Amino acid sequence: MFKNFVCSTLLLIFTCVPSLTNSQESVRLGIPVTQADLSGFDLIAPPDGSGFPPGIGTARDGKQIYDINCAVCHGASGEGTSGNTVIVGGDMQSEGPPLRTVGSYWPYASTLFDFIRRAMPATAPKSLTNQQVYDVTAYILYMNGIVDEDTPINGETIRKIEMPNADGFIDRSHIQ
Amino acid sequence: MSEEELDKVAGNGLISRRHLLRFGASSAGLAISAGALGADQGLSFQIPTWSRQPGPGASAYGARSPFADNIERLAAQPNPTYPGGGSSRSPLQHLQGTITPNSLHFERHHAGVPNIDPAQHILVINGLVRQPLAFRYEDLLKYQMVSRIHFLECSGNSGALLRGEIGGSAQSLHGLVSCAEWTGIPLSTLLDEAGVLPEAAWVAAVGADAASMGRSIPLTKALDDVMVALYQNGEAVRPGQGYPMRLFCPGWEGNVSVKWLTQLKVTNEPAQFRDETSKYTDTMPDRSSYQFTFPMGTKSLITSPSGQMTLNQPGIYQVTGIAWSGGGSIRQVEVSADGGQTWAEAAIQGHQLDRALTRFTIPWEWNGGEAILQSRATDSRGNIQPTRSEVIASRGTLSFYHNPCIQSWQVDQAGEVKNVYV
Repeated sequence: MFKNFVCSTLLLIFTCVPSLTNSQESVRLGIPVTQADLSGFDLIAPPDGSGFPPGIGTARDGKQIYDINCAVCHGASGEGTSGNTVIVGGDMQSEGPPLRTVGSYWPYASTLFDFIRRAMPATAPKSLTNQQVYDVTAYILYMNGIVDEDTPINGETIRKIEMPNADGFIDRSHIQ
Repeated sequence: MSEEELDKVAGNGLISRRHLLRFGASSAGLAISAGALGADQGLSFQIPTWSRQPGPGASAYGARSPFADNIERLAAQPNPTYPGGGSSRSPLQHLQGTITPNSLHFERHHAGVPNIDPAQHILVINGLVRQPLAFRYEDLLKYQMVSRIHFLECSGNSGALLRGEIGGSAQSLHGLVSCAEWTGIPLSTLLDEAGVLPEAAWVAAVGADAASMGRSIPLTKALDDVMVALYQNGEAVRPGQGYPMRLFCPGWEGNVSVKWLTQLKVTNEPAQFRDETSKYTDTMPDRSSYQFTFPMGTKSLITSPSGQMTLNQPGIYQVTGIAWSGGGSIRQVEVSADGGQTWAEAAIQGHQLDRALTRFTIPWEWNGGEAILQSRATDSRGNIQPTRSEVIASRGTLSFYHNPCIQSWQVDQAGEVKNVYV
């Protein structure tokens, strides 16, 4: 009888342990969502042009938006009001510490749209419409001499823009 | 103890770590000298008033002693063009052991600290996955978690030394490093639930702060040891550290451990966020710029004596400091009192954990003359902390992120300790 009890207890343990382990591994509480659910949530706009919303912008339309929303920190011509806010000018070749701006340093134009949409203006992030973000992105590229005043900017065109310092970076991500 | 008895192991007064026990366990890093009797030292042997009446009872939430409540982080002045941005630095010279109290852990924010209601916060995994998922905070609490003690360091830490900043303290120069026990869900668990597709190579992580700060992390790291951290030193992660949840990437530059984590998008290429292109990249002398420099270097720092302290009189001092490496555990720390001409091995006090702060200590007799104190760490991979000259020779001074260089503290004849360059 005792032997039977031991056996049945052991059996119980052996049958329970795997199911306990399974139940811990099988905590799966993520709620399925669709990409459509995330259309207003996922703000990632990478260099390949995916993730860009509908719309098209130009520098001509962006000037007024820039003057109202951006110039207070970045200056009327992108000259900045402090070291961190200069967004126009500079180059990577002259003597001394280089002035690193959108035009002289940033490797991808997509980053401009991505960053303005998620983080600018600094006092009221995400207050611009997608259309305004396109227009002001175009204007900052125009101020840096990268596009013309009427060059259309959207997800399709932005991925083809060659930034002056596009080849200036060395990917070190393999060092982990 | 006469000088003859001391086992001097390196120039300018460094004493063998074997003598530590004989000096007792003084932790304040200040002079240990015997001689005068207690009464001559102004000690009172009256029963004090606090031993004559009961104090307040137990409390709901702890507070520091009013006699020790002046230790604070050092925060930068607010910048009107960068609202909520900036950092606060840990008071390294006032801390002991290796764990940073949560209230003194360094901070770096890019648009201030959001006040997040966890009931309204979600964590989304989308992109190259079989099934995009959204996780509620209350559901994440039900997952099996792991706990790991790791340092966290901003890649801008110690950058002041490359800029040649004059003066400064351990806190102002190096206070963007801290160490805590982080508890959370292995990111691999959540990625596995969503089902990562074969072509995936990166994960873009985004926070719920006003900047929606984002960083791209290689999938290999994400599946290795990255966690979604929910607790820090046993309590819920504090708002300044990412409440209700943050990514935690052991050993890597702090910025990739995205706070207020709300989205993980699995991709085949980096997202090229602002903070991995315009910022946190290092321009070399040839004007090329290193991008995605992830593991932090092999570093150490003497925290006492350190900049802005004063040694009151010649005598024996306990030199102590911290060492850490993004590449593994700390194998050895050496200390010099003569500006790097001779070195003595310090004693390791406590643990030598993987990618965690490690405390070292060594006795030193200050003879009242000038001394230059330095420390040099070696990690478990054999990486040796470089001198400032070696760092500058290899990468110049056009950028200031990712600087692991040796710190030099000068003790002058007045006993004042200063940051110097040798």
